[in-house]
Amino acid sequence: MFGELIDKFDDIFRTLRGSGKLSEKNIKDSLREVRRALLEADVNYKVVKDFIAHVETEAVGEKVLKSIEPGQQLVKVVHDELVRLLGEKAESMTPATKFPTIYMLCGLQGSGKTTLSGKLALLNKRKNKKVLLVAADIYRPAAVKQLKILADSIGVEVFQMENTKPPVICEEAKRHAEKNFFDLMIIDTAGRLHIDEELMIELDDIKAGVAPDELILVADSMTGQDAVNLADKFHQRLKLTGVALTKLDGDARGGAAISIRAVTGCPIKLVSVGEKLSDLEVFHPDRMASRILGMGDIVGLVEKAQGAVDLKEAAKIEEKLKKQSFTLEDFYDQLQQIKKMGPLESILGMIPGVGKALKGVQIDEKGMGRVEAMIQSMTLEERRNPNIIDGSRKLRIASGSGNSVQNVNLLLKQFFAMQKMFKNMGKMKIKGLPKGAFPFQMNI
Amino acid sequence: MFSKLKRLKESLAKTRDSLLGKISQIVGGRKLDDDLIDEIEEILLKADLGVAATDKIIQRLRKNASENNISDSDAVYSLLKGEITGILSRQKAAVISAEGAKPVVWLITGVNGTGKTTTVGKLAHYFKSNNKNVMIAACDTFRAAAVEQLAIWAERSGVAFMKAQSGADPASVAFDAAISAKAKNIDYLLIDTAGRLHTKANLMEELKKIRRVTEKVIPPEQILSKLIIDGTTGQNALSQVKVFTEAVGCDGLIITKLDGTARGGIMVAIAEELSVPVDFIGIGEKIDDLQVFEAESFVEALFEG
Repeated sequence: MFGELIDKFDDIFRTLRGSGKLSEKNIKDSLREVRRALLEADVNYKVVKDFIAHVETEAVGEKVLKSIEPGQQLVKVVHDELVRLLGEKAESMTPATKFPTIYMLCGLQGSGKTTLSGKLALLNKRKNKKVLLVAADIYRPAAVKQLKILADSIGVEVFQMENTKPPVICEEAKRHAEKNFFDLMIIDTAGRLHIDEELMIELDDIKAGVAPDELILVADSMTGQDAVNLADKFHQRLKLTGVALTKLDGDARGGAAISIRAVTGCPIKLVSVGEKLSDLEVFHPDRMASRILGMGDIVGLVEKAQGAVDLKEAAKIEEKLKKQSFTLEDFYDQLQQIKKMGPLESILGMIPGVGKALKGVQIDEKGMGRVEAMIQSMTLEERRNPNIIDGSRKLRIASGSGNSVQNVNLLLKQFFAMQKMFKNMGKMKIKGLPKGAFPFQMNI
Repeated sequence: MFSKLKRLKESLAKTRDSLLGKISQIVGGRKLDDDLIDEIEEILLKADLGVAATDKIIQRLRKNASENNISDSDAVYSLLKGEITGILSRQKAAVISAEGAKPVVWLITGVNGTGKTTTVGKLAHYFKSNNKNVMIAACDTFRAAAVEQLAIWAERSGVAFMKAQSGADPASVAFDAAISAKAKNIDYLLIDTAGRLHTKANLMEELKKIRRVTEKVIPPEQILSKLIIDGTTGQNALSQVKVFTEAVGCDGLIITKLDGTARGGIMVAIAEELSVPVDFIGIGEKIDDLQVFEAESFVEALFEG
């Protein structure tokens, strides 16, 4: 996400970084490029204007011009200002602590409200909350059915009523939730235009009827300049408590995030990054700004790793690495842990510098599956001591896993190279990488 | 024709009030100077035309104005209007192809939430009202209840409908529909596909497969790929057009949701940079809220009260 914007800044700042001397003129030139990049990223025109003006006063001042590394300093000013615009610190959703806590989702057609409802429901169900999904979209054909199918797939109850106005449905749902001790009730409203008076009144009525704890605007991250208008209209009318950005797994530069936050002052509380119901993340302004500037998201990576990696296992592996007794069996275990961290693409995108290097490269998740299949087709003996794998064993492994012998060769070659690399690594200390989290590189 | 223009003007009224309409306010009675250029630039950028297209338009505007010695602001205004109309009408093809081999297939593609299913419903109604035999194939087997949603649309417009079980291979549905459409003498086969982000390689492969498999039954020249773009989309639409074109080609665009305050200026950017024609625009939720795109009346509606 934010990929293309990162590239732009990379290019601009590469020329700036090394340069010993910064003049007012080349600051201005750089900022013109920054302006262009932000506009191309769909950041609202007015927001860009303010941003540039602010950075310029900061940058042209003594602080930058006279600092030892002016390029670095300018990068810092731009970064800090982006963080400020994106909202300083992460804000999360009100936890479901009463019976019921109510989330209400609204937004334009096709912004992803129903899918987000499902994601929020799953997230809270995993926290052992009793969740009720309320189908308040009575307009779009089959919308209720869509919600029901989603709910069934995660085992959550849906509240629906035939031939009833949405405000009444929601009030009835609240009564139902109170009576049956639901922790959380999520209202999925119909998509509507912010200028559709009739439907906006309906949202007023729902809000007045159930007094939601969170009123979230769901916005498509690909939205253009109009993001500001719609967010502003929804906010003025409903006093939103937050914004959710969807479809951030595309290559949209996501300027809408900056605009919406800047114009409404509403925190971005959630970002939705994939088609699976588990693909939901908390929005971290500082990390996002770092990503925009190409500094990577090491904190996010470490967190993901901590969530997925068994620390005892990791310690064991580390021990093995030191003793150089790392086998294909261990490799297989590591693969399983990496898989738990989520799609490879999103993990790699978090590593500083990798985003750019991997541009246009499609990570082949199947490649990992192939490696897994090959290792699974080996005997325990072979996994522990790959040196014994000879021609006929290779043939067996290849046909057993549906691969070619070449692939088996490639795997072994890479494994031995890896072993060699670890041998060398054992002698030095690795800085910056989370312990045992990410030691592998794969090219299959 | 008159009522159609009126309807379009009504739908775009919000756009006009808020944005491009301002151009006429700004340029009225002023000289063409840098301030005026800056203001025009701001308006174009705010309408989602993007930096590149805006730069080009302003460059040509300046050149044109100096060559023809135009400094009167009213003349600048009509120059700008002509410029944008020109860009939008570069590529134009008839929406309904001349009588020829049947069936013509419209493969409807796009990212998630642009309004593909709704548009397919409206398109079915459009072709039907033009006395064409229409069949809809529901190939969005991924999104929950997408098939049911489309079935309701098919019923509303009273056209043939081909569906598969949820989770089935979408290409197989397209294949069956193509065979059936051929047998039933269908004029237009509309294939609704699942929304997919253009950055997901595997999903784009799936789309290619749908096209490939359809080509086994129907000659490639009878298969038109139509990309649906959400009118509120910003510059990312350019990337969408590029990647979808690479995968399955792109014979035309349908721009949806133009009844909001979004300016749809991205249409101009796409026409300027990628030369893909716009076939239809979606301007509302009703079944007949789909209009054949006409550059003149669109720009007219944008510029005038």
